[in-house]
Amino acid sequence: MSVMPAPALSFLNAWLVRPWMKPLLWAVCAVPAVALLIGAVVGSLGANPAEKLIRETGEWALRWLWLTLAITPLRELASLPALVRFRRTLGVTTFVYAVLHLLSYAGFDKGWVLDDIVRDVFKRNFILVGMLGFVVMLPLALTSFNAAVRALGGRRWQWLHRLTYVVAMLGLLHFYLKKAAKNDTDEVLVYAVILAVLFGWRVMRRGGILAMWRVR
Amino acid sequence: LPATRSAVPGALVMDKPTSYEDITSYNNFYEFGTDKGDPAEHAHTLKPRPWSVLVDGEVGKPQRLTLEDLMRAAPMEERIYRLRCVEGWSMVIPWIGFSLSALAGRVEPTSRAKYVSFYTLADAKQMPGVQSRVLDWPYVESLRIDEAMHPLTLLAFGLYGEVLPNQNGAPVRLVVPWKYGFKSAKSIVRIQFTEKPATPSWVKANPQEYGFYSNVNPRVDHPRWSQATERRIGEGGLFAPRKPTLMFNGYEAQVGQLYAGLDLKKNY
Repeated sequence: MSVMPAPALSFLNAWLVRPWMKPLLWAVCAVPAVALLIGAVVGSLGANPAEKLIRETGEWALRWLWLTLAITPLRELASLPALVRFRRTLGVTTFVYAVLHLLSYAGFDKGWVLDDIVRDVFKRNFILVGMLGFVVMLPLALTSFNAAVRALGGRRWQWLHRLTYVVAMLGLLHFYLKKAAKNDTDEVLVYAVILAVLFGWRVMRRGGILAMWRVR
Repeated sequence: LPATRSAVPGALVMDKPTSYEDITSYNNFYEFGTDKGDPAEHAHTLKPRPWSVLVDGEVGKPQRLTLEDLMRAAPMEERIYRLRCVEGWSMVIPWIGFSLSALAGRVEPTSRAKYVSFYTLADAKQMPGVQSRVLDWPYVESLRIDEAMHPLTLLAFGLYGEVLPNQNGAPVRLVVPWKYGFKSAKSIVRIQFTEKPATPSWVKANPQEYGFYSNVNPRVDHPRWSQATERRIGEGGLFAPRKPTLMFNGYEAQVGQLYAGLDLKKNY
C-alpha cells in the first residue's frame, strides 16, 4: 500500500530517501554499543560493569525492536512512506544487540561454560524465554539480505517476518520475569504499554487480532 | 568515627576491602529507588540527625533512645565483613559499630522475647522511593533472638572510619554477615522484641523466592539464578571468573551451631 506524503511532509520524505540516510542510521544504531565498549575499556561502567553490560545490551535490544515495530504505524500516521527503508536496518540492529546480550551473559555470567548455560536454560524460565526469543530471531536475521528477500518472494518473506511479534512478546516476558524477582516492574510496564499501543494500532487497522498477522 | 579493632571471632576477615567508591555508589536501598545508582543519587534528602530508635516489645525497659545515647551503649569496634547480596554479587566492608547484643543489657528482654524485628524509616518526604509500591513500607526484617544476640550481629554506625553515608543506611543499620544483604535493615527507627516473628518485607512480597532465614547457602538456589558463585565487586576486571560462594558466607565456624538439626533446604 503506498501512501502519498502530505505536502508539509514531502520535504522530510525527500530527505529520508537520500542515499546517505542509511549509513547515518547505522552509525546511530552503533552509538550505544560503542559507548558501552568505551565505558568498559576506560572503566566508567560503575561498580559492576559485567552486570551493566548484560543489562544495557538486553534493554537496547528491546528498544531497537520496539522502534522496528514503530516504523509501520509511524510511516502511515505521519505519511512518511520512505521510513520503510529503515525497518530492516533497525531489525538487524535488534539482532546484533541480542547477540551482544547473549554473549555478555555467556561470557561474564557463565564464564563460557556451555554446560552451565545449558543447565541454566532448562532450569530457569526467564533464561528459557530469552533463549527462545533469540532462536526465533535466527531465521529472521538469516533472511535479512536482499538476496534472501528475492529468493523467498515478498509475501513469504513478510509472512516469515511476522515472527517479529513473537520475538517482541518473548522479549517482554523475559524482561518481566527477570525484573519480577525483585518486584521492580515499573520499567517493564512502560515497555508493555508501548508494545500494546503498537500492536493495538495494527489490530485496529486490520480489524482483528488474527488479521494483524495476515500478509496482503 | 573512632573505633578499636574488634576481638569478636570472625569479625576481621582477611579479604581485600572493596573500595569506598564502590561501597557507596552501588546500593540496594529501595526507599530511594530500585536502581543501584539511585540511593547515592537521591539519599541526600535523608536527615540522619536528629534521630531516635524505639526499642520495645517483650522487654523490661522499653525506651526511645536518641542516636547519641544509642552510640554510647558500647565501645565502637572496627569489623571487616564479607557482604553477599542475594543477587549474586559481594563486597568486603570495614564497618564500625558494636554487637547488637550490647543493647540487650539496656532494655532487658523478657523470657517471651523469641524474635527481634527491625523497622526502617518510611518517610515519603525524605525517601522518594516510598511512593512506589515495590514493597509494603516500612521495610521490616526479623531475626531469631539467638541470631540477633550472636556477637557477629552488628549495629553499624560507620564504614571506612567515617559515619555511615546516607545511601548505606545512615545513621544506624544492622549487619548480619552470614545472611543475604537484604536481611540487614538500614536506617532503623524501631527494634522490637517479640514472641512471634514479624514477616520480613521480602517474604511478604514474594514468599516463593525469599525465606525467613535467608542464610547465604551455595547449595540452595534462588529460583531465578544460582547461588553457587558470586561476583566480587571491583576485583579482577570484567573477565575475572566468579568466586565460589561459601556456606554461611564463610562464617560457618561461628554460626553453624545456630542451625544444628535444621533442614536448610526447607528453611531457606
